[in-house]
Amino acid sequence: MKGNEAIAEAAIRANCKHFFGYPITPQTEISAYMAKRMPRIGGVFLQAESEVAAINMVYGAAGAGVRVMTSSSSPGISLKAEGISYIAGADLPCVIVNIVRGGPGLGGIQPAQSDYFQAVKGAGHGDYKMIVLAPSSVQEVVDCTFDAFDLADKYRVPVMILGDGMLGQMMEPVVFPEKSPKCEQKDWATCGTKNKRKPNIINSLYIEPQDLERLIIARQQRYNAIAEKEVRFEKENIEDADIVLVAYGTTARIVKAAYEKARKNGIKAGIIRPITLWPFPEKIIAETAQRAKAIVCVEMSMGQMVEDVRLATGGACPVGFYGRAGGMVPEPEAIYDVIRRYV
Amino acid sequence: MAVVFKRTEGLTDAPFHYCPGCTHGIVHRLIAEALEELDVLGDAIGVAPVGCAVFAYNYFNCDMQQAAHGRAPAVATGIKRARPQSIVFTYQGDGDLAAIGTGEIVHAAARRENITVIFINNATYGMTGGQLAPTSLVGQITQTSPYGRKVELQGYPIRVSEMLATLEGAAFIKRCSVDSIKNINDAKASIKKAFRYQMDEMGFSMVEILSTCPTNWGLSPVESMEWLRENMIPHYPLGVFKDIEKGGGV
Ligand SMILES: Cc1ncc(C[n+]2csc(CCOP(=O)(O)OP(=O)(O)O)c2C)c(N)n1
Ligand code: SF4
Repeated sequence: MKGNEAIAEAAIRANCKHFFGYPITPQTEISAYMAKRMPRIGGVFLQAESEVAAINMVYGAAGAGVRVMTSSSSPGISLKAEGISYIAGADLPCVIVNIVRGGPGLGGIQPAQSDYFQAVKGAGHGDYKMIVLAPSSVQEVVDCTFDAFDLADKYRVPVMILGDGMLGQMMEPVVFPEKSPKCEQKDWATCGTKNKRKPNIINSLYIEPQDLERLIIARQQRYNAIAEKEVRFEKENIEDADIVLVAYGTTARIVKAAYEKARKNGIKAGIIRPITLWPFPEKIIAETAQRAKAIVCVEMSMGQMVEDVRLATGGACPVGFYGRAGGMVPEPEAIYDVIRRYV
Repeated sequence: MAVVFKRTEGLTDAPFHYCPGCTHGIVHRLIAEALEELDVLGDAIGVAPVGCAVFAYNYFNCDMQQAAHGRAPAVATGIKRARPQSIVFTYQGDGDLAAIGTGEIVHAAARRENITVIFINNATYGMTGGQLAPTSLVGQITQTSPYGRKVELQGYPIRVSEMLATLEGAAFIKRCSVDSIKNINDAKASIKKAFRYQMDEMGFSMVEILSTCPTNWGLSPVESMEWLRENMIPHYPLGVFKDIEKGGGV
């Protein structure tokens, strides 16, 4: 199954019956799949007039208590930024997919990782966070999609699945988990009072500074809980490693080839692959920085995640970087050369 | 003793924050009474705009969502698609609906979205201090058209009801005013009708209401009503622009 289709099918199996989107390459298969499947299962697929409208439809549906998703690619996510901020401010759960392409501007349509800052540091205004999941195989796409809906509901936050065109187009066998989706009781949702309770209000406006600060602090405490409990990463041979590579998503697959070559040539290399980009696996990187000679970060960008890696090391070891951009993909050979520089 | 006047169940006890003589409050009451009389308060979900009516979520005694500026029709679409049995309405000013949210309102109508829109046309941006709105009249002095709206500079005001009536997805579109008892009664009947169209799943319904903004117009409430009658109604004629029950538009 293709990565993009796997996201769509996993979402449906996770009980997401509402999808709002706007066409953009390279995520089109997600919408196409939803357009075909949703009417057959009594769900809703709606092509909005813009990404702005699509994310606000997500806001409405999430506020009405259903599992809901939208997907787009970089320029479209920029337009969704307003809505994402309102969703975070109203504490609504939803899943947003970004199949990243090269930027800035219209950029290109080939894979890139240049939206790391946008995803992790907040595209929209205000003090808010999104959980960001970065799968690196089609199976992991499926697992992350299931988790994304559960995490969104559990913490009442927007969750982003950050992929790239390569992952979206990649064909791999997948197994869909047999678990039945969790369905949180959403007694805060607006679905009509039925004259049985006080009205529910979905809102992000708090005109009194002390009220707004209280809410922001409460939300921050939820973020702290997420940072404590939901960090995910994969590590390979970092215990004895001199050089530890850090990469996420499809780049981590390329990095693996360089790592294997290094090991074959007697260089003690290891890999840390963040799966959650927020919360960022900073603890393991901090620990690693105490032991390793160097950490080398590889990205399909001019260096975005590397800033978080540097922060996490606290200067305890040198941090190298190798990146390609604009849809160009890092080559294992070049990564290997960077590794050698730090031995 | 017979009760001749009581507070509608459709409003909460929260006091309105509107300026004296502002027509937002009248329209709130009409919507609330309509929902109560149609016995759909328990099914209603309203969407508040960004504008002077931003706190509408505190006033209507039903489930409410607050939308980003201009996005209420998209938010309402999400709600209606998620809860098709609900009665979903938006309440929007002219800056919200006819400037920043033009795309959202046009496409909600075109999609035949089964929602009801209450559109408050006061020919200005009230909340931000009286700037030029897409509905400000030619010659109208506002904070950002201090020499009056000039067609060479700012073009012409948009007649939203007429424009949306051209769309096949629109089932009922009417322009009303709340400047007299007669017109207030008509506005209420029209709001009720718009909700009834939604209940019968006939498509998009909208009632535009010519309103006053005494504060930013710089007029007394009474003068404002006169200004509305003398300047707005000639440019924005009252009446039905679309009623699919009566066979198409006007
Ligand atoms: C994205 C964005 N741009 C601008 C504003 C500032 N703003 C708040 S209300 C408003 C105008 C509202 O005018 P209108 O819709 O006519 O409603 P009224 O206040 O007259 O009832 C503007 C521009 C905002 N809140 N958000
Ligand atoms: S500023 Fe104008 S529209 Fe706003 S409440 Fe006052 S009178 Fe009404």
